[in-house]
Amino acid sequence: MTQLALVIDLNVCVGCHACVTSCKEWNTSGAAGFMSDDNPYDRDPTGTFFNRVQTFEVGEFPNTQTVHFPKSCLHCEDPPCVPVCPTGASYKRPEDGIVLVDYDKCIGCKYCSWACPYGVREIDEHQKVMKKCTLCVDRIYDAKLPESERKPACVLACPTNARLYGDIHDEESVVSKAIRENSGYALMPEWGTQPANHYLPRRRTEMRIHEDELERADNPLKIDGRLPRPGIKDPSLDDVTSW
Amino acid sequence: MNPAFSVILLTVLIGAGQGLFLALFVIEAVVAAGIAAAPSPGFYPTGSVLALLLLAGGLLASFFHLGHPERAWRSAAMWRTSWLSREVIVLPAFMALVAAYGWAHWQGISGTLLLGGAGVLLCLALFLCTGMIYACIKFLQEWASPLTLVNFTILGCASGVALAAALAGQRGETFTACVVAWAIVLTVAGLLTRVISLQRNARLRPRSSLQTAIGIKHPKITQKSQGFMGGSFNTREFFHGRSRGALRAVKWGFLAGAFVIPALLLTAALAVPSPAPALLWLIFVVQLSGLIAERWFFFAQANHPQNLYYQAIS
Ligand code: SF4
Ligand code: SF4
Repeated sequence: MTQLALVIDLNVCVGCHACVTSCKEWNTSGAAGFMSDDNPYDRDPTGTFFNRVQTFEVGEFPNTQTVHFPKSCLHCEDPPCVPVCPTGASYKRPEDGIVLVDYDKCIGCKYCSWACPYGVREIDEHQKVMKKCTLCVDRIYDAKLPESERKPACVLACPTNARLYGDIHDEESVVSKAIRENSGYALMPEWGTQPANHYLPRRRTEMRIHEDELERADNPLKIDGRLPRPGIKDPSLDDVTSW
Repeated sequence: MNPAFSVILLTVLIGAGQGLFLALFVIEAVVAAGIAAAPSPGFYPTGSVLALLLLAGGLLASFFHLGHPERAWRSAAMWRTSWLSREVIVLPAFMALVAAYGWAHWQGISGTLLLGGAGVLLCLALFLCTGMIYACIKFLQEWASPLTLVNFTILGCASGVALAAALAGQRGETFTACVVAWAIVLTVAGLLTRVISLQRNARLRPRSSLQTAIGIKHPKITQKSQGFMGGSFNTREFFHGRSRGALRAVKWGFLAGAFVIPALLLTAALAVPSPAPALLWLIFVVQLSGLIAERWFFFAQANHPQNLYYQAIS
């Protein structure tokens, strides 16, 4: 079984919103229609987005860390939003685990958004249907694109490579390795939704210097000093100059 | 959550319609058992029409909640998993039975008790579906409790029986006082279960926190930016936007309007030999308005964990 997902490295994300804009750009131009905006250049702008980058401050001044936190549909393995949908518009694809909304079936009852604890479903105020991240399902299988570009738009846009994409059920995939080796975790595990998307924690980057690394290990006599000067006639290193 | 009036009206109106139908059926059963005198002709059909009007009103209101009402028929598809889908099936089926029940009485066709019995089953199923729509979302902890089902059922019954009392009083039925007494019992029972659920909700501890929401185990986390400057669906749909004081006022308001005042007025109506029908109608209207406030509070009180992600605009 395949479960496609994103792994987001909070240690690397700089909060630039490139994934937000590239997501909107790709998905508003797709076959499913635009993602509507109201007052984009005015007071109280509002619009539909699949992906948001939020910022949190952890700790107390002066010991604080700024954490930028991108958030989109986590494509839960046990998605609570799917069984509640009365029309079957919300569904989870068995073949790759992507949770999608069929915009032609959705009646805009918003019940699925109530049933998602993460607040990643947004109703489109003009099309009146529920929208959410599709994991760029219209590009990851597009055979017309070069292999390296068959990835979600946000992943391609991220300048720091904070977004990894792959199959978390494949043990050898980059996402599985990242989760395994960098303690990837899921959001709100208390509700048993088993999100497919994972996050990699902030990691403190520090140098560990051991005592013996401060001395020359190849100096058995423990005598530090200048090497004896070569004689005036002796050839120098490159045999060109000498002194 | 941000209460939507369409859904408030839906649940309150169909609850009253269901309660009225149950009252009609119980009256018929009691009459059939020879305990009470039969009502004047036209009592059951009129009651059925009233119940039907309430149910239809609720159904109509629910359409205003949909972005695409023209596709509403699709919502019957997922009855295997979705309580909303089940409600969408059971409500019209119940309405059809209520219509058949009233029609059979009007035509004097026998077997109305059997028809009514089937109606009662659907009526209870409808209470179950409506309640479960809310009770099944486990992270809306204020709703995820059997008390939600109990309250939807008892409050619906209380208002429906109050309406039955008004109808009986209007037509001068002999059993009016008995129906009024039942309305008191149900109203008091509703007060009891609603207060229990209020107490339960006051003691709730949210299982999700900012720590589990972003997965960082530090006691002090503050949001600096939710990712956008204006509002979004997430800031509009999941928070009522009123002050705590307003919420408290609505709470006391509905406790008075839906329970205390109707119970007192009903008791007063019981005390006089033949209460004025106008008083009984007034009681029903007061209780229904109280229940609308109650439902508003029910929605507003539910605290969605997604709100953890939307607390600050940078
Ligand atoms: S994150 Fe929300 S919308 Fe996405 S699959 Fe999970 S519950 Fe559904
Ligand atoms: S809003 Fe659309 S996708 Fe969501 S539950 Fe309703 S019909 Fe299903």
